[in-house]
Amino acid sequence: MTSGTGPPRLVVEGLTVRAMGSGAAIIEDVSVEVAAGEVLGVVGESGSGKTTLGLAMVGHARRGLEIASGSVRLDGTGLSSLPADELRRLRGAAMTYIPQDPSSALNPALRVGGMLKEVLTAHGRTDAEAAARVQEVLAEVGLGSRPEILSVYPHQLSGGQQQRVAIAMAFACRPRLIVLDEPTTGLDVTTQRMVLETVARMCASYGVAAVYVSHDVVVVGELSNRVAVVYSGRVVETGATADVFGAPAHPYTQGLLRAVPSPERSGRLVGMEGVPPRPGHRPPGCGFAPRCPLVIERCTVAMPELIPTGRAGQLARCVLVETGQAHTEGTLAPAVDKDLTKAAAPATTPVLQVTGLGASYGSNQVLSGIDLTVPPNSCVAIVGESGSGKTTLARCIAGLHMNWTGDVRYAGQPLPPGIRRRPKEVLRGIQYVFQNPYASLNPRRTVGGLVAQPIQTFAEGRRVRDDSEILDALRAAALSVEVVNRYPDQLSGGERQRVAIARTLAVSPRLLICDEVTSALDVSVQAAVVELLRRLQHQRGLAMIFITHNIALIRSIAQQVLVMHNGQIVESGAVADVLDHPRAEYTRQLLDDVPKFSAAMTSSGDAQ
Amino acid sequence: MTAPAPAPAVPAPAAPRIRRREWLHILTRAARTPRGMVGLGLALVVVLIAVIGPFVVSYPPLAFVTVPGSPPSAKFPLGSDILGRDVLSRVLDGGWQLLLMATGAMIIGVVLGTAAGIAAAQLRGWRDGLIMRTVDVILAFPQLVFALLLVSILGPARWLLVLAVGISHVPQVARVMRAAALDVSERDFVKAVEITGVRQSKVMSGEILPNLITPLMVETGLRLTYSIVIITGLSFIGFGLQPPAPNWGYMINENRIILTSNPWAVVAPAILIAILTVGLNLFTDAIARVALGIERAEKIIAEAAGTGIVSEIPA
Repeated sequence: MTSGTGPPRLVVEGLTVRAMGSGAAIIEDVSVEVAAGEVLGVVGESGSGKTTLGLAMVGHARRGLEIASGSVRLDGTGLSSLPADELRRLRGAAMTYIPQDPSSALNPALRVGGMLKEVLTAHGRTDAEAAARVQEVLAEVGLGSRPEILSVYPHQLSGGQQQRVAIAMAFACRPRLIVLDEPTTGLDVTTQRMVLETVARMCASYGVAAVYVSHDVVVVGELSNRVAVVYSGRVVETGATADVFGAPAHPYTQGLLRAVPSPERSGRLVGMEGVPPRPGHRPPGCGFAPRCPLVIERCTVAMPELIPTGRAGQLARCVLVETGQAHTEGTLAPAVDKDLTKAAAPATTPVLQVTGLGASYGSNQVLSGIDLTVPPNSCVAIVGESGSGKTTLARCIAGLHMNWTGDVRYAGQPLPPGIRRRPKEVLRGIQYVFQNPYASLNPRRTVGGLVAQPIQTFAEGRRVRDDSEILDALRAAALSVEVVNRYPDQLSGGERQRVAIARTLAVSPRLLICDEVTSALDVSVQAAVVELLRRLQHQRGLAMIFITHNIALIRSIAQQVLVMHNGQIVESGAVADVLDHPRAEYTRQLLDDVPKFSAAMTSSGDAQ
Repeated sequence: MTAPAPAPAVPAPAAPRIRRREWLHILTRAARTPRGMVGLGLALVVVLIAVIGPFVVSYPPLAFVTVPGSPPSAKFPLGSDILGRDVLSRVLDGGWQLLLMATGAMIIGVVLGTAAGIAAAQLRGWRDGLIMRTVDVILAFPQLVFALLLVSILGPARWLLVLAVGISHVPQVARVMRAAALDVSERDFVKAVEITGVRQSKVMSGEILPNLITPLMVETGLRLTYSIVIITGLSFIGFGLQPPAPNWGYMINENRIILTSNPWAVVAPAILIAILTVGLNLFTDAIARVALGIERAEKIIAEAAGTGIVSEIPA
């Protein structure tokens, strides 16, 4: 791997960040190095402490946190001991940070040109120098062809453009270190591709030491030379990217990799249950032990050391490595059981048939000419980038959006627009799972109350005798019945989405509409939720509409696929046909944009 | 389904924030802040005087016991009023009616205003327009003038006064609650319930209302304060509680003339009203601050969604 040469530019040694009040460690004893020209990927789930680590690398601790011990040195300068104004001089010039959400990182009251210039003049450039440099750096991020961009406000730019402006701002002063914190989360694949290419090109041409923080192993795998896998505040595995992802030694890394969906292989996704332990509540031994499938008694007693795995430069923190039992078989090898995508469509009345559907918001036509058939016991995926109209389509079918024309038939009967005009039986039959489980559950209701609500609504005066229906629904969604008295804010994102699913299962629907149900979740949790939906769909013979922007997911769940672009269907057919032999240019584009592990890495995994 | 899916091997996340009785939680937290402590203390002193007062009066509050307008003496610690009645006895007896009526007016105003605000936010369209334009028309009158108008139409009966003051609160409450409810009604969990065909009234009471606890508590405190001010104000100009029964508002008015001979006949009720309203206002403010702090912490939690610092939010 092309590592940087010379002494490492950023050295983090034994870094521990604690909460000021309770003293609970957020990250503990982390040591990493980044050389000039190198990209270090920091991977972990939500709650692993990766953002705290990323911020500590530029000498920052969020409010309520403090760098308790250890050191962060940039070219030999210790950041934690620098006075505040020295640190400020370095920030923006020698080291920069790109946060996740560009729309909140850019000042909405300043024009793009002014914002970029401000960074430069604040670090001692003259106006003329700054103006020239702004032009240069905008050209480098691919925005140079639009001279008017200097005078627009951030809200007038798309998400991808905003993020590229943020990148331009970060590179404007030719920093020595740059930390990128999930800069592509929230962007659709096409935009993500563009931003990733920009980041890769800029990092290479500036020879900057870069740290890329993300939960997405594939993106990190594509971009980084070396990775550090962070769990429960500690580095659990590190080494060259090809080694770590090609032959992961730690069960956590293996789990992360198994959860990655791919458009090339079909098969069950294997998710990881549970959530990382919270700071202050971490187990005495290995932090991963409670979730680890290979856990042995020793794991729960003492924290294993970060030791060499045998491959040059690869270290892992696992008892199995200590005892030489780490199994490093190719976890990337296709885990195909049976082909999930085979169509199962006997000629019966489709559960849902949509013909010539058009919809609009006011005078703005957002959908036109949509045809869609969902046979019983099958899953149809709808794929498209944000703004393609896929959620509007789902809302028309569910009755949430009323302004549409065309013919929609549910079990052969025409479906009127709007919830109020639909009979109860139809409302019960069509259930909807929302995108964001943090918004779709009433925070003032317990899980039991949330699941009971639709049961009672459709009970038609029949009194719900006991809680068994509620508990059955929770069990069906693979939730522990203990959650029944909890409130949503006491659950993890994955658990919340399971509650949302349980709520729909409780009334035995015929058609389940899943609207981007995994986009707010970590990849490992996403895998578990998709696998749950796939199993339920099979076991209960549900008809399902699975909406996603992630084309890599659909092979794991759907039989039919519909690709949408600008409110129209550009391609539809059986999943295998569409993914293997895409006819529409747009579908090919979507497939190309999905981040993939490089072929070399995959084969190195297979070779083990 | 063959066997029930195995429960995920998740260590139960620690449960620090239980939302049951959130209003109680906010109240106790507010009462512990310095601002809340002072406010609650002041208000409680006056409430105690008003509640216990009628049982400890030394003279019948309506009895003429001495020379009108006499200054404080050993027998009459606060002197006598314009008709020669004992000021202390009248002060002690003149509060409970006011408090009762103010509470009644507050309840009417908050209940009607909240209902109107939530309905406008959730129903949208022409019903929103109808409710809010009506509210706007009422808002065009100063609250005291509007209450006065109602009282002069309805008559000076005690319960009509309560009704009039309560109704005069509706516009302000409705505005605040509509703004808060609009935010909630847009959230997916409301859509998720609507989609099951639940009646609108149930959506409003079951889904939206429980998420409006914070503004509701603040409005309750504010409207109680305003009710006291308006009822005493109306009493002062003679439209409220009718003499000869003692009440703090009218006492200030009727004894103005003897301000020089016995200022206590005016000052004592005025001080009590001032202490009560300032105290209630401070406590309401403390509630608002605590609630805002909780909300902000919740927002940080939602944003950080498990980034590991959740339990460390300085609350």
